[in-house]
Amino acid sequence: MSEIPLEHLLMLSTALFFIGAYGFLTRRNMIAMLMSLELMLNSVNINFIVFNKYLFPDTIEGLGFTIFIIAIAAAEAAVAIAIIINLYRNTKNIDAENADHLKH
Amino acid sequence: MSASAIAFYCIAAFILIAGILTVTTKKLFRAAIWLLFSLIGIAALFFWMEVEFAAAVQVIVYVGGIVVLIIFSIFLTNQEGVNMPSALKKRSLFSGLAVVSAAAYTCTLLCSHYWMKGSEEVFDPSVKKIGYLLVANTPESFVLPFELVSVLLLAAMIGCIVIAMKAQPESK
Repeated sequence: MSEIPLEHLLMLSTALFFIGAYGFLTRRNMIAMLMSLELMLNSVNINFIVFNKYLFPDTIEGLGFTIFIIAIAAAEAAVAIAIIINLYRNTKNIDAENADHLKH
Repeated sequence: MSASAIAFYCIAAFILIAGILTVTTKKLFRAAIWLLFSLIGIAALFFWMEVEFAAAVQVIVYVGGIVVLIIFSIFLTNQEGVNMPSALKKRSLFSGLAVVSAAAYTCTLLCSHYWMKGSEEVFDPSVKKIGYLLVANTPESFVLPFELVSVLLLAAMIGCIVIAMKAQPESK
């Protein structure tokens, strides 16, 4: 446990965050973009718990933040999927480029 | 290298490979399944760090909730069998370039930064301590954020119902 340096865990979460960012930039399907977003949120969760465990083991505030982030991510995913399904019902298409109804 | 270190590198490789396949695979349903594996890998990483409560919450909320929701919405929008159009060459090239350089920059910052030594106490994320952290009657506890999150979840639930509800035709 302790022989893994802190940097390796942070590199893991960095790599996961930028994998999610790559997916968010290249995907055009809204559900696929949502999945990339979940990867990014999870990398932040890893960061919180790693900092908590390695640098401040006398408290558990990082773990509390992780729990709040998971709750908010669940709410965000539910609202996003409701919006996507409503969009699909109106346009039969969930590509981000076709959702330009509000464009002047 | 001890067994624990080998386990960590296996879990890390699993998470990253599943993550890369999530953002690169052509079929949307396969992307959802790779996301599932990536989230399970993260739960395994939490178990490896001996944060059992976070691992359990990860499995229940992400693997059991959000991924199932995503798979439902894939089926509801009839995307399960079709190949997604591949991203524009130029766009994927430049986003790949931006992402790799940003990740390399962050990694060099991580390695050059001096991390202060953590205190010697043992990390104890027991459920009892988490309960005290969330709702104890002390100034340090997170009672107000806890209540705000519950209001947020209620608002999100009502909002989802309102957004996804079929518009009733005007009957007069």
